[in-house]
Amino acid sequence: MRRTVGVVAASAAVVLVAGCGGGGPQSGGDQELTGDKIVLGVLNDQSGAYSELSGRNSVKAVEMAIADFKTKHGDQAVTKEITVETADHQNKPDVANSKAAEMYDRKGVDIILDVPTSSAALKVADVAKEKKKLYFNIGAATTELTGKSCNKYTFHYAYDTYMLANGTGKVTTEQVGKNWYILYPNYAFGQDMEKSFTAAITAAGGQVVGKDGAPFPNTSGDYSTYLLKAPGLNPKPQVLGTMQAGAELVNVVKQYNEFKLRDKGVGLAVGLMFITDIHSLTPAALAGTTYTDAWYWNFDQTNREFADRFQKETGTRPSFAHAANYSAATQYLEAVQAAGTDDADTVVKQLEGKEVNDVFLRNGKIRAEDHRVIHDAYLAQVKPQAEVTEPWDYVKVLETIPAAEAFAAPSPDCKL
Amino acid sequence: MTGFLQNTFNGLVSGAFYALLALGLAVIFGMLRVVNFAHGAFYMLGAFGAYVLLSEAGVPFWAALVIMPLGLGLLGMALERAVIHWLTRLDPLYNFLLTFGLTLILQDLVKSRYGVQSSPYATPSALSGSVDFGLFDFPAYRVFILGFAVLVCVAVWWVLTRTRVGMVVRAATERPELTPAFGINVGRWVTPVFGFGIALAGLAGVLAAPMRAVNPLMGADLIIVVFAVVVIGGLGSIFGSVAAGFGIGLVQAWGEAYLSDFPIVSQTIVFVVMAVVLLWRPAGLFGREEAPA
Repeated sequence: MRRTVGVVAASAAVVLVAGCGGGGPQSGGDQELTGDKIVLGVLNDQSGAYSELSGRNSVKAVEMAIADFKTKHGDQAVTKEITVETADHQNKPDVANSKAAEMYDRKGVDIILDVPTSSAALKVADVAKEKKKLYFNIGAATTELTGKSCNKYTFHYAYDTYMLANGTGKVTTEQVGKNWYILYPNYAFGQDMEKSFTAAITAAGGQVVGKDGAPFPNTSGDYSTYLLKAPGLNPKPQVLGTMQAGAELVNVVKQYNEFKLRDKGVGLAVGLMFITDIHSLTPAALAGTTYTDAWYWNFDQTNREFADRFQKETGTRPSFAHAANYSAATQYLEAVQAAGTDDADTVVKQLEGKEVNDVFLRNGKIRAEDHRVIHDAYLAQVKPQAEVTEPWDYVKVLETIPAAEAFAAPSPDCKL
Repeated sequence: MTGFLQNTFNGLVSGAFYALLALGLAVIFGMLRVVNFAHGAFYMLGAFGAYVLLSEAGVPFWAALVIMPLGLGLLGMALERAVIHWLTRLDPLYNFLLTFGLTLILQDLVKSRYGVQSSPYATPSALSGSVDFGLFDFPAYRVFILGFAVLVCVAVWWVLTRTRVGMVVRAATERPELTPAFGINVGRWVTPVFGFGIALAGLAGVLAAPMRAVNPLMGADLIIVVFAVVVIGGLGSIFGSVAAGFGIGLVQAWGEAYLSDFPIVSQTIVFVVMAVVLLWRPAGLFGREEAPA
């Protein structure tokens, strides 16, 4: 029920925003905005596996960014008419493709945000290139967005497989154990993660003693074969690295606990985890697990204030994807404000090389070479249940990974 | 050897879920000639119900194990009376569409209230330890599932072969045209049998809650394999569905363990088996060819 109310409220907010802007005086003389307005498009999963970690609450986050932008610039704002268009891509590349084209062509969208699921994300990058319109990807992990599929209009904002592997792989190898067993879902994302982790582990002086690609989707939901095999390998792995995501991750962790692998001396490291996953599994099931986080809501006072506002709007704490959507919308609007136009090529010039510090980006920089947005990342560890003092405060940040180390150097495959 | 036994044990545990679900599908198909596409949704409701009972009313796992199958059985009976009943005389396609629609409605109802993120459900504390089998130890909860599922299957077999109700059901399943001619009122057993099939799905769901991710789509993923199991066992064959359920569990576990260098094999092995069985015996392993009219 609360969800329905939320959607109604969101639509009301959009109508309200649109209504207020109509016919308002334009500040300055040379403003060049198509239709005298800015339209932000949020294209993501609103019904499936990723709808909770991003989904409709990311639309809320973008609306918060618009409201903050208006408050900040007041009458000096480049326009008062800023609206949000949103669509559900159902994690399907073909749906993402047609929705993106529809947004740019028919809905007058100036920039598309979010787009989780790597295969869908890459399709939208092609659309952005063809239509010469901006695209900030937040939800997808593939490094290909800033590799061989990079283009002038596409920016990769929040995280990628290199960032996840580098943080978790390196530090866990140094601090927990050198021998790894890697379990990954056998499709593009999982294979990419497995390669990135193996590289990071080897570089840190560790070794992968065994790896298995589990069926994807795993219809039986059973991982016991792999979990039984791990402690018996020679040499015995000290770390089980799971690259499963969402519900599959939940299955792996439940069964990891069932077979008591931690008691058998096999620790757990998780490739990609969102705060919503920890909430599903409860911190007790994951206590001591390390992973790399792009942002954590209770890291410092700035994040906490944002999280409090976000909770007022949505009833829940933000994931890093929510904060990144807020930040991306803000940085885009600021770039349009500075450029005085929503012309994509001009805005791209405005963004390239820009150094940014905001609620999400710390020591952030929008790299001109490949459009990777680099920023500080965090090595996080799930707290034991006894140390959890308030709802959703599930992790402690062990280490801040500086922006320059968190992300890979620009790929030679990328030619903008 | 130890590894082989462990994998075999695990295969049987996965197979227990397939067997419980396939058994429900088999009795429903036998009695109603309805392929119940909503079966996975009732499995999901079983698991979700257990979660809601525990988190909102503090009802423990053991009580949920009784409450959910009963509740869902009644819901199934109501649905049979309200909608399914009216379509059984028409082309099977109508019930196919109806039960598929039911699945979407049930899934989305749960989704709209609880979201898609998995909900937490812990193993009951009495079963959170391990059982020592000498050569290896095994999670107590898995041992319980296997024992419990075998018990349920045996009980169902006993009811079907040793009681009057069972005779009616078997007669109606095997000779649907002839049975009423003996003056047996098949109609009055249709609704309870449907409810019973649904109750089995709910039971499997409750059993799955502590070891699987509890979310609105959990049934949709599993049911595809269960349909393959039913086809392999022979549509409508009660013994076939149970045997194929455990068999497929074993094949999957062995495939994952010994063909792990070829993940694509363990991913598709169920359907390969299904294709081979259909080529060799079109009516399934234990199914009977339809007698020519």
